[in-house]
Amino acid sequence: MDSKLGLIQQSVNTRYSQWVRDALDELPDNFTITDPSISGHPIVFASRGFLKMSGYSQEEVIGQNGKIFQGPKTNRRTVMEIREAIREERGIQVNLLNYRKDGTPFWMLFHLSPIFGKEDGRVTHFVAVQVPISRKQRRNGGVSLSEDGSGLNEIVFGSCRKEVCSDSLLELGRVLSLDSGSKVLDIEETCEAGDFEKRRAASAYNNILSVLTHYSELTGRLVCGKRCSVPAAGYISSSLNISLGRIKQSFVLIDPHLPDMPIVYASDAFLKLTGYDRHDVLGCNFGVLDGVDTDPSTLHEIKESIQTEQACTVRILSYRKDKSSFWNCLHLSPVRNASGKITSVQIAYYVGVQIEEDCKNQDRHGLSPEMRQLSAVGAVKVAVRSLSMGASLAGSSKS
Amino acid sequence: MMLRIKRVPTVVSNYQKDEAEDTARRSGGCGKNCLRSCCIPGAKLPLYAFKKVNNIETDKAVLETENTEPPVAFLDSLVLGEWEDRMQRGLFRYDVTACETKVIPGEYGFIAQLNEGRHLKKRPTEFRVDKVLQPFDGNKFNFTKVGQEEVLFQFEASEDGEVQFFPNAPIDVENSPSMVAINVSPIEYGHVLLIPRILECLPQRIDHESFLLALYMAAEAGNPYFRLGYNSLGAFATINHLHFQAYYLAVPFPIEKAPTKKITTLNGGVIISELLKYPVRGLVFEGGNSLQDLSNTVSDACVCLQENNIPYNVLISDCGKRIFLLPQCYAEKQALGEVSAELLDTQVNPAVWEISGHMVLKRRKDYDEASEENAWRLLAEVSLSDERFREVNALIFEAIASGEDGIENVNETFPEEPETNAQSLEDENAITQSSHHAMVAGTQECLVLQ
Repeated sequence: MDSKLGLIQQSVNTRYSQWVRDALDELPDNFTITDPSISGHPIVFASRGFLKMSGYSQEEVIGQNGKIFQGPKTNRRTVMEIREAIREERGIQVNLLNYRKDGTPFWMLFHLSPIFGKEDGRVTHFVAVQVPISRKQRRNGGVSLSEDGSGLNEIVFGSCRKEVCSDSLLELGRVLSLDSGSKVLDIEETCEAGDFEKRRAASAYNNILSVLTHYSELTGRLVCGKRCSVPAAGYISSSLNISLGRIKQSFVLIDPHLPDMPIVYASDAFLKLTGYDRHDVLGCNFGVLDGVDTDPSTLHEIKESIQTEQACTVRILSYRKDKSSFWNCLHLSPVRNASGKITSVQIAYYVGVQIEEDCKNQDRHGLSPEMRQLSAVGAVKVAVRSLSMGASLAGSSKS
Repeated sequence: MMLRIKRVPTVVSNYQKDEAEDTARRSGGCGKNCLRSCCIPGAKLPLYAFKKVNNIETDKAVLETENTEPPVAFLDSLVLGEWEDRMQRGLFRYDVTACETKVIPGEYGFIAQLNEGRHLKKRPTEFRVDKVLQPFDGNKFNFTKVGQEEVLFQFEASEDGEVQFFPNAPIDVENSPSMVAINVSPIEYGHVLLIPRILECLPQRIDHESFLLALYMAAEAGNPYFRLGYNSLGAFATINHLHFQAYYLAVPFPIEKAPTKKITTLNGGVIISELLKYPVRGLVFEGGNSLQDLSNTVSDACVCLQENNIPYNVLISDCGKRIFLLPQCYAEKQALGEVSAELLDTQVNPAVWEISGHMVLKRRKDYDEASEENAWRLLAEVSLSDERFREVNALIFEAIASGEDGIENVNETFPEEPETNAQSLEDENAITQSSHHAMVAGTQECLVLQ
């Protein structure tokens, strides 16, 4: 967990410098910043306003996924829409019912936007602005709440609930009369944000973006709100990153289409096993783990299985960054994209899953190491195949 | 008159041969390592026992389970790992990851797959499509005849309330195990079949217990891209042995994107909505104070449909949090000669996956020309008419309302409920109850009962 917190610190500091936190804390708005490249797509920054609104402390929120704020009455379709926007690396604005730490629900306008690295076009972070929806914006109007919706949202929700209740009665009445021709006023059981919330979300986002842009100049790693360069080959999109981040085994992805077949993804468990940092291994050839006593015939076997596009399992002597060696039960498998056989590049990646032989018996899950190895292969296959079907690509080209 | 259609049955098991062949071989004994009494003694299979959550699931408990870091869940790993193992052992008829698939541009993002291998080497067979409930026929192919290597694991509720896994568990015939097996003609990675209480040889017919088992599987896998589906007889199920299907596809299904309109909230918190702007008319069930509430409501609806001889499909989506129920009439239209030759030529069988927007196409031409309009046109033929859908809904709501009566009675036996809550609950009951009854009374006369 410490290493994850370290990653979270780095996520903010290396991009915007450590001073950005103070500047962000000056902003009055409720927002969080998340990093899709870290396993679990965690929150790496939460504003004071957000903490006050949600009732959580900073420690409770940092490192968590945004879904901890959802609850039983959160609209599942809206959750899906957010999930897909993240996977497609685009912005989205929806009305969302979230829950505070004490379990009370509240409606808010959820405004999510990706932040891109200027030089490489990669998504570095997502900013999620959350504007509580105040009561005056809704149909049965009346009382207006203070602009800072925190603390008063029970009332808001209460009235929402009543509204919903009367709607469903209306609805039943409509079904009763079987009057299918009549126009339905509201499609979803929701509190609609008004122009006020939308303006406030937009201005909050602009303020946050300008702080982030400004502080990224300090580190020289510039960010922007619009993708202004096309990511280089070998880019692992947010979608793939999030899917791969869920897999807890040690594995790497190798891109066979790039010169020297470099590693383009390395899991957290791989870094832990080998002692390397991510930037040490990304871009390196898979042979980075080989050493003086690595059997050349085993290496040949691996090469051959890549040539024939077959899976293989070998026992190979591998070396960590500190030159210590371990017996590595390596399973290597081709991973296809969804383009079919007619195109020449159906193999998108090779996935290599490592198991340290001595650790084979440490099996807290009860699944055999071999089975966990295969499950990692399966999870990678599903993620890569689904991603290459075109939906996500279409989405990102729009932005 | 008996309605029949001819179609190529899907080969779900390597032990599923044409009937004639099967009969001939049976006289010669087994030796196939199957799941019948001849091979079960001494056989061992992995066993996954899931944790049954309490019936009274508080909001807080939900928050807490969502709070945990989401690594790939155990069941998810088990399915993926065992499936990949069968793939490397070459048990499938083709490599589904070599099947071309694309998301069709458009508002909904229908998914088209070109699958030329799925229908090969099988003769068209006649299927009776006008009876949703048919008795189990042990002479036909059923899942007790699959080889044990096609079974991934046994799946059951844990006895002590904790998740448990046994890599080698004997098959406890007395305990009526449910099993998860591969579909050797997968339409996506991880395509499996959940066969509840396999040895009881239940016909394809939803019951409350089996549906809850399917919901548990979706919830336990904890992956929104692992969905379960069900086809009734007459709605393109080809095997009359109770089973659900499931597979991985990490893109949203068009049906999940369709807007919905709430119809009602039941006492147990289950929200029932109607699909809007979707070619197939259907109901969406979500919410509920517990998995059991949601499961019971959907089961009531399914039981109602099958008892009224209405073919239907079910999609369990979003880790069991959203369930789509779609009565359909395509096979009936097909049998009556009311489907255009153009649509029939595609040989697309609109079962649960197609209805959800994942179109499995058999001809290159159809794949290349796949468009949102084409998908829409096919699915529109699957849907009930608006009028018929209203009638069917009336039946469903009547069935659910009578189920609700039972629940209400149970509530009354617990007087320790806080005063205020009880009051508001009663009010809500009064509203939903009277509405349902009135609604049903108002529409019953236009029902066409067979």
